[in-house]
Amino acid sequence: MTRLPTGGLIDRTTVLSFTFDGRPYAGHPGDTLASALLANGVHRVATSVNRGRPRGIMAAGVEEASALVQLEAPFPEPMLSATTIELYEGLVARGLPGRGTLADRPDPGRYDAMHVHCDVLVVGAGPAGLMAALTAARAGSRVALVDDQPMVGGSLLGTRGELSDWSASVLAELTSTPEVLVLSRTTAFGYYDDGFVLALQKRTDHLGAAAPDNAARQRIWRIRAKQVILATGAHERPVVFADNDRPGVMLAQAGRTYLNRYGVLAGNRIVVFTTNDSAYVAAVELAEAGAEVTVVDPRTDLAPFWAAECARVGIAVRPGHLVTGTTGEERVTGVHLAAYPSGGASATVHCDLLLVSGGWNPTVHLFSQAGGKLEYDAELGAFLPVAGLPGAGVLGAGVLGVRVSGAAAGAVSLADCLAGGAAEAVAALSDLGVAARPVASPPVGTDRVETAGLVLWAAPVEISLDGSDLSDTRFVDLQRDATVSDVLRATGAGLRSVEHVKRYTTIGTAHDQGKTSGLIASGITADALGVDIADLGTTTFRPPYTSVSFAALAGRDRGAIFDPVRVTAIHPWHIEHGAQFEDVGQWKRPLCYPRRTASGGLEDLPAVVARETRAARTGVAMMDGSTLGKINVQGVDAGEFLDRIYTNIISTLKPGFVRYAVMCGMDGMILDDGTVMRVADTEFVLTTTTGNAAKVLDWLEELAQTEWPDLRVHLTSVTEQWATIPVVGPLSRQVIAAVAPALDVSNEAFGFMTWRSAKIVGIEARICRISFSGELAYEVNVPSWYGIAVWQALFDAGQPYGITPYGTETMHVLRAEKGYPIIGQDTDGTVTPQDLGMSWVVSKKKLDFVGKRSFSRTENQRPDRKHLVGLLPVDRSVLLDEGAQVLADDDVSQLPVAMLGHVTSSYRSVALGGTFGLALVRSGRDRIGERLFAWQDGEVVPVTVTGPVLYDQEGARRDG
Amino acid sequence: MQLISCPWCGPREEAEYHYGGQAHVAYPHEVGALSDADWAHYLFFRDNPRGPFAERWVHAAGCRRWFNAVRDTGTHEILAVYRIGEPQPELGRQASR
Amino acid sequence: MTGPTAVPEHPEFLWRNPEPKPFYDIVVVGGGGHGLATAYYLARNHGITNVAVLEKGWLAGGNMARNTTIIRSNYLWDESSAIYEHSLKLWEGLEEDLGYPILFSQRGVLNLAHSLQDVRDSVRRVNANRLNGVDAEWVDAAGVKELCPIVNISPDVRYPVLGATYQPRGGIAKHDYVAWGFARRADELGIDLIQNCAVTGLDVIGGKVVGVRTTRGDIATGKVALAAAGHSSVLASMVGLRLPIQSHPLQGLVSELLEPVHPTVVMSNAVHVYVSQAHKGELVMGAGIDSFNGYGQRGAFHIIERQMSAALELFPIFARAHLLRTWAGIVDTTPDASPIVGLTPIENLYLNCGWGTGGFKATPGVGWCFAHTVAHDKPHPYNAPFTLERFTSGALVDEHGAAAVAH
Repeated sequence: MTRLPTGGLIDRTTVLSFTFDGRPYAGHPGDTLASALLANGVHRVATSVNRGRPRGIMAAGVEEASALVQLEAPFPEPMLSATTIELYEGLVARGLPGRGTLADRPDPGRYDAMHVHCDVLVVGAGPAGLMAALTAARAGSRVALVDDQPMVGGSLLGTRGELSDWSASVLAELTSTPEVLVLSRTTAFGYYDDGFVLALQKRTDHLGAAAPDNAARQRIWRIRAKQVILATGAHERPVVFADNDRPGVMLAQAGRTYLNRYGVLAGNRIVVFTTNDSAYVAAVELAEAGAEVTVVDPRTDLAPFWAAECARVGIAVRPGHLVTGTTGEERVTGVHLAAYPSGGASATVHCDLLLVSGGWNPTVHLFSQAGGKLEYDAELGAFLPVAGLPGAGVLGAGVLGVRVSGAAAGAVSLADCLAGGAAEAVAALSDLGVAARPVASPPVGTDRVETAGLVLWAAPVEISLDGSDLSDTRFVDLQRDATVSDVLRATGAGLRSVEHVKRYTTIGTAHDQGKTSGLIASGITADALGVDIADLGTTTFRPPYTSVSFAALAGRDRGAIFDPVRVTAIHPWHIEHGAQFEDVGQWKRPLCYPRRTASGGLEDLPAVVARETRAARTGVAMMDGSTLGKINVQGVDAGEFLDRIYTNIISTLKPGFVRYAVMCGMDGMILDDGTVMRVADTEFVLTTTTGNAAKVLDWLEELAQTEWPDLRVHLTSVTEQWATIPVVGPLSRQVIAAVAPALDVSNEAFGFMTWRSAKIVGIEARICRISFSGELAYEVNVPSWYGIAVWQALFDAGQPYGITPYGTETMHVLRAEKGYPIIGQDTDGTVTPQDLGMSWVVSKKKLDFVGKRSFSRTENQRPDRKHLVGLLPVDRSVLLDEGAQVLADDDVSQLPVAMLGHVTSSYRSVALGGTFGLALVRSGRDRIGERLFAWQDGEVVPVTVTGPVLYDQEGARRDG
Repeated sequence: MQLISCPWCGPREEAEYHYGGQAHVAYPHEVGALSDADWAHYLFFRDNPRGPFAERWVHAAGCRRWFNAVRDTGTHEILAVYRIGEPQPELGRQASR
Repeated sequence: MTGPTAVPEHPEFLWRNPEPKPFYDIVVVGGGGHGLATAYYLARNHGITNVAVLEKGWLAGGNMARNTTIIRSNYLWDESSAIYEHSLKLWEGLEEDLGYPILFSQRGVLNLAHSLQDVRDSVRRVNANRLNGVDAEWVDAAGVKELCPIVNISPDVRYPVLGATYQPRGGIAKHDYVAWGFARRADELGIDLIQNCAVTGLDVIGGKVVGVRTTRGDIATGKVALAAAGHSSVLASMVGLRLPIQSHPLQGLVSELLEPVHPTVVMSNAVHVYVSQAHKGELVMGAGIDSFNGYGQRGAFHIIERQMSAALELFPIFARAHLLRTWAGIVDTTPDASPIVGLTPIENLYLNCGWGTGGFKATPGVGWCFAHTVAHDKPHPYNAPFTLERFTSGALVDEHGAAAVAH
């Protein structure tokens, strides 16, 4: 066992059992899956995707490029880093050979989102972040502090408890300060415009099966911050050498973190290969924990402090050397050393753990996403945020409103990180007009970094023990199995851009998005091309910083809440009466009301529609038309406004009258149609088609506000304020008379295209004599609160006449028999009023209206535009497909075939004694009486062209 | 998501707004006298610069008022917002990149 | 390299990196897919090789690097389906023609219908496609399930799947490989591909374009072919040409590598999803276009969130897939959602832009036709309808208004 008897931030009193690759293991709360595996001596956790090489754990955090696992229980989740999974009881996972597996059952998890507005957002709760948050909190600002770990401390968590009391006290103060929000297990993953930062909080994942069902598993925090301080730390960078992918090859800081945070000694014979001083503390602490440690350092000017420390704890140091390769299969067994820079193999050292440090890459992802500029620092071998931009602080850097502090800004020592965090907070607050003082840093040890690091991307390939070409096992991107030789192939192929090299080699495109490999790839590329990496740059840091599940992003906007479901006031009645519904925009509309048949089944659609249309044509029927868009237009200029909107004249309409009207876009194409009711001199109510209501209101408001702000007109959507019930059919007059005894319903007193106020069951109603079926009809409008009561009253009053509720399908048949087009079905955005044969609705008198100028364009003047016509199949039992194409000829042997148009509507009609259709056909009105052919799915149906009005052409039925 | 200041309501999330394209494109006088080409330009042709752009927004999920903004299309930085009818403010700076 | 996610190796050599010469017969502005394909076909079909492709960044680093690689030709209008079908036919022979493994996979494309009007529009389009010689069929919900078992066809979802149009010959390809295939062949044929070379001006004398000013020096030329997608307006404005183009961010995203679950391409205009599973195993998705004009190559995140909600409506199995990387391109949109390819009022200046979300699939087709247009100073029949003049006459090719499917 490699778990030390004491130490670490784990709860040894509780044992958690888990399964990995089918074997049972135990760990403790506070472990990650990675630390628990290492504690059990498991180093190999995965297999490389293309080359099938054993892979282990190379990091202790999100930069892990190797230890990818599939969670299997409590619920399958593909591809997570073992280093980021908090251990829980009953965890089942397996190592991944490169690709994850999606669950085959629905995700029971719940997800949601929260919005936060704050003065200062601090990302990262390490030493810099804690100082920044504390400084801002003490200044009385509204602060949000997010950190991806379950506890604050950041890099301190990997130390021997350094500043742990201080961290705890800062946390306590922050959490007890009003207006301060501390979010742990929360990763800020993207910076968007204007201080908008997205963060993912893993709220219950660490509880495993014990997670409460009713709690959101993960939450997206949408944080809008006036000032952002990035204290995101740095990721240690490896050095590339041959066979650097073996299990047991790990970043130095990771080795130290496993020791101090998890109480795991990941190896007994450890080689620490470092190019800088930062790894020495790991070497010393691991030696003190009982490991036999050798340090390999290509530099010869070792820091005296560290030389002394190594001597004190018995570490053998090999200065002027580097690691060129490793041995071992399932786990590293030894390293090859060579002298540096002279070259030449020198020795093999046995080991069971190889820790590597090539320096540090500041975590600048969010800064870069914010548009921050990066500049190469040759001493650190890393790209750092550029200081001195607007809003930048002294120790850090930033773009407007975004500052970087601590290791993310290139600070190396703990003291600088602490001071930098406070200073950036002071600067940020100053930009907000808040005078603040930096909080005092806690006392820390003296700065031990005494020797500059060596920037080394890859050990030279020519230095190999047996002289063989090892370049093909010098892995730059472990997950993608991409090596130094791949990079060299790319540059050899002529590629000069890191973006091209990335795409050629796939380096940086894997789960870790190149956190440890990206810069190294740039470095190797620059060396190969003989250019300065400072000029070559890096690939773009695209969001998200770490992977985010689709479900978390979808949040609660799923199922019924994916898009609001809109229902009318009468909806419960429709359900009760067995309606089948169709989606029309966001609305649920009754499609039809099938009845039980004698055999106990349900009527099929043709049967229902036959029954419903027959009722409307011969008796009385009613429908719920409440989804029609309704817009109240008021103001002294309302008539003038509507004259400009509609193609016909509205201002001449008198109160008490209703007019059919069409509106076009500026391009002259039909946008919508409906009725306009004049309520009073200065008030109209328009109706729109169901699906266009919002669009039309938007359009009218735009014109009113931006084109004609001088017109005194006010627009209000009243769609949901009114329930609308057309009562249709020759017997409709009797029904209206019955419910509104005070109303004179005679044709003389209440003529077509007029409206009257009347009381129905005590409810003030507006009743319009309008008809979308050609039959005598009354459209009853009442406040929607009373919709269902009035519907019921009409239904009851209609019983003696066999009143029949009908749905949209019957409505469509009735209107199509009369040749009334449905905008959006019989038109498609390329159709003018003239195309529909509705020149009568286009005013010749008006000087201008929206779309008028477009009618005279060349294309609109073509004699062979498509016209709306009727089509009668020669065989009246054949139903045309809506969407069938119309041809002049039935010979389709030569493709492509010229098409004249298409069938827009098609129905079986009781009234017409057979099938019929409407179609848009080129020169259609000039073809009336001609034989054409409808082509549908390979079938050719001969049809005869007719005018669009097929039923009651003389309009005799509208007055009953 | 941009933070856009409605001149009537103050700063609100971009999701509350709808975009309206180029500002200050007036409906032509005497449209009947326009050539087809001029009419086409009014209908379909809009500026599309990289850099400061006077454009329209409507606070659709708020006060439903249209207003104008000058926004840098390269950086998304909003340089000015102003109400319909107000003149486009002078800007002391050019495209930021 | 082998293994489940291995893709074919690239050639050992792709292209030279020449210095710009003082004169070219033709300068193509824009080293994206369209520019590279145009250059290739200028050489291959017309024997014109004294050609430079000027790219302000790195080759194929714009929309070509940022798209979701869907290929299909089942557009509604005759004009559109003709040029896209021409393109699809070229795709079918492209791997051989370019000698490059572009991973063209004809796995079929489904365009879902979610409302009765969607169904009407779909059936209309299928019938039109077939009469235009484009493979297309209407499949019902069960048929959708058969072709793509992970689609949720339950009637209980917010917008149930009522069926789909299916184009079996549609599919995907590997975008970088396509661009590099064109680039490599163009380079082999002697065309200069010049990167990090931004055009800063166009010299026009007597209504004729005669030269190009660039960050790498002035270049004299006989003809200039613009193929700069989202940057077209900026370039055209250098010669006072105003275009009916607006440039918007369009975002895309990928997941981690996943075991194969999605055998085809599914697109839904109504709920705004288009998704395929690429060769290595990542889910590739596109989001809706951001509404505002933008050159920043980034969009707003709520567009991505909305995209995910839509995706999970149709593919509940994706719940715990992870978003790994997002990006944005700059799409050049036109009022009728159809491109502009052809001559301009300035002599010897040619325009190819306005492809919106259709650019990738059109790459070989438009390269072929644009090369013809430039070489002959006359549109190829396939791009003849896509003039700038149509906005004046009103003869639009309105893929937008006709509720056809974007992307």
